[in-house]
Amino acid sequence: MEAIFLAFVLMLSIFLGFELISKVPATLHTPLMSGANAISGITLVGALTSAGSGLEQVAVVLGALAVLFATINVVGGYLVTNRMLSMFKKKDDKAAGGGA
Amino acid sequence: MSLELINVGYIIAAVLFIFGLKLLGSPATAVRGNTLSAAGMLIAIVVTLFSKDILPVQWILGAVIVGGIIGALTAQRVAMTSMPEMVALFNGSGGIASLLVGWAALYSMEVSTFTAFTIVLSILIGGVTFSGSLIAWGKLSEVMNSRAIVFGAQRIVNALILLGLIVCGVLFCMNPSADSPYLYAIIALSLVFGVMAVIPIGGADMPVVISLLNSYSGLAACAAGFAINNNILIVAGSLVGAAGIILTNIMCKAMNRSLANVLFSGFGAVKTATKVEGEVKPIVAEDAFLILEAASSVTFVPGYGMAVAQAQHVVRELGDLLEANGAEVTYAIHPVAGRMPGHMNVLLAEANVPYDQLVEMDDINPRMSNVDVAVVIGANDVVNPAARNDENSPIYGMPIINVDEARTVFVLKRSMSSGFSGVDNPLFFGENTRMLFGDAKESIASVVAEFKG
Repeated sequence: MEAIFLAFVLMLSIFLGFELISKVPATLHTPLMSGANAISGITLVGALTSAGSGLEQVAVVLGALAVLFATINVVGGYLVTNRMLSMFKKKDDKAAGGGA
Repeated sequence: MSLELINVGYIIAAVLFIFGLKLLGSPATAVRGNTLSAAGMLIAIVVTLFSKDILPVQWILGAVIVGGIIGALTAQRVAMTSMPEMVALFNGSGGIASLLVGWAALYSMEVSTFTAFTIVLSILIGGVTFSGSLIAWGKLSEVMNSRAIVFGAQRIVNALILLGLIVCGVLFCMNPSADSPYLYAIIALSLVFGVMAVIPIGGADMPVVISLLNSYSGLAACAAGFAINNNILIVAGSLVGAAGIILTNIMCKAMNRSLANVLFSGFGAVKTATKVEGEVKPIVAEDAFLILEAASSVTFVPGYGMAVAQAQHVVRELGDLLEANGAEVTYAIHPVAGRMPGHMNVLLAEANVPYDQLVEMDDINPRMSNVDVAVVIGANDVVNPAARNDENSPIYGMPIINVDEARTVFVLKRSMSSGFSGVDNPLFFGENTRMLFGDAKESIASVVAEFKG
């Protein structure tokens, strides 16, 4: 039953994802990709709990490595997306904008 | 914190991710969208820290600090031109994280056959994403040769790897344990499979590959979510998966090729374009200036060559001068210009080009005949009329920006050689085409100097 429930969640979020992302203009496709990249760092949440209650040393090391890689994704992804997006300016605020 | 409360936190995080992506729908709200999404991530992480079965705190702290520093430094230092390489590396790091989560899950709980199956999936997708992304990075950063690597028995080798994966997967699922030799075989084969999947794809097709790997990194997170029964991984992972698939699809359409064609065949092996012959008409900066000064509408068509020559700033300067001179200035961007989707837009935004001047191919083409001057900078295939006219051309059928319909076309080019795919371009011999030879940055700079002088 659990599996069916999870598959249900999967199906709904894929449809939602298609709806949301097909509305993103071509201009923002690079930030979209790096932003999506940051979201895929959600694996971090899984990594934090991955050793479970067992204190198997191998599992702790694997989990910690997963935390490390996922953190790179989250921190790097959001920061670089923010850096890119703040460069996009409208014509009017160009004078105020200055260098990026 | 109880499991219920943690899940409430996950729901809030999911809502924030969704709103964040929604706000990416316009450049005006996009920064806020990214912040919301980041806030969602923070909430998801913090509530998870309250669950009772987390890694020992000192391990978490160590990993987060090291990962955070690496991520922050990379994000700050990376040049906008190298964005594709960086995204490739980040995709890879997401992939390996999912592989590790799937692997670690084997130690922590009773593994049912279904869970074992999802663990195999997360290791497989994660591994392919990881090694595939490293190869993509190598090709993009030119650490390795960016050409397609094709050898005779490739398909047979790939089929054998796939068969091996299936066999090991089944054997592993029948008796899942962390000590199973099949586990290690699956990990190794996944990594090899990722390499094999990306090496036959040439440099020009990299936008498709990065989009696809982006999608895989999301799907890997999804699979990991199934493996450890975690909703938020499934929701967030599938959002990313959908994003990657949509971008992949857009890229394929923009090249008029199917995904299978991009993935399984080297580029242009069969067809050779009809050789076009004619006389190119060169122009010097002074004359280019005179034509531009009289123009009332000018469209720049940038390609990756502009980024290589680092000409975007001086192009924007010329654009500003033209505007001050009363001309309407736009920048027409082909979906596959650059090395990743939307790459050109970011480079121009960095050079302070306002985003309302960036127009898409489908918007500019209908009004191209009203454009006085189209300036092609470092682009070749995306403006090649052979895609419309020459059925023998390898790029026949690919939608292009119809610069040849503009009243005058300037093509900035280092010298007479063909573009990335080695296609001859009849545009260069067009009646209304003038070639401005030399380094793109210097050429534009001398036109700017004429304007100021």
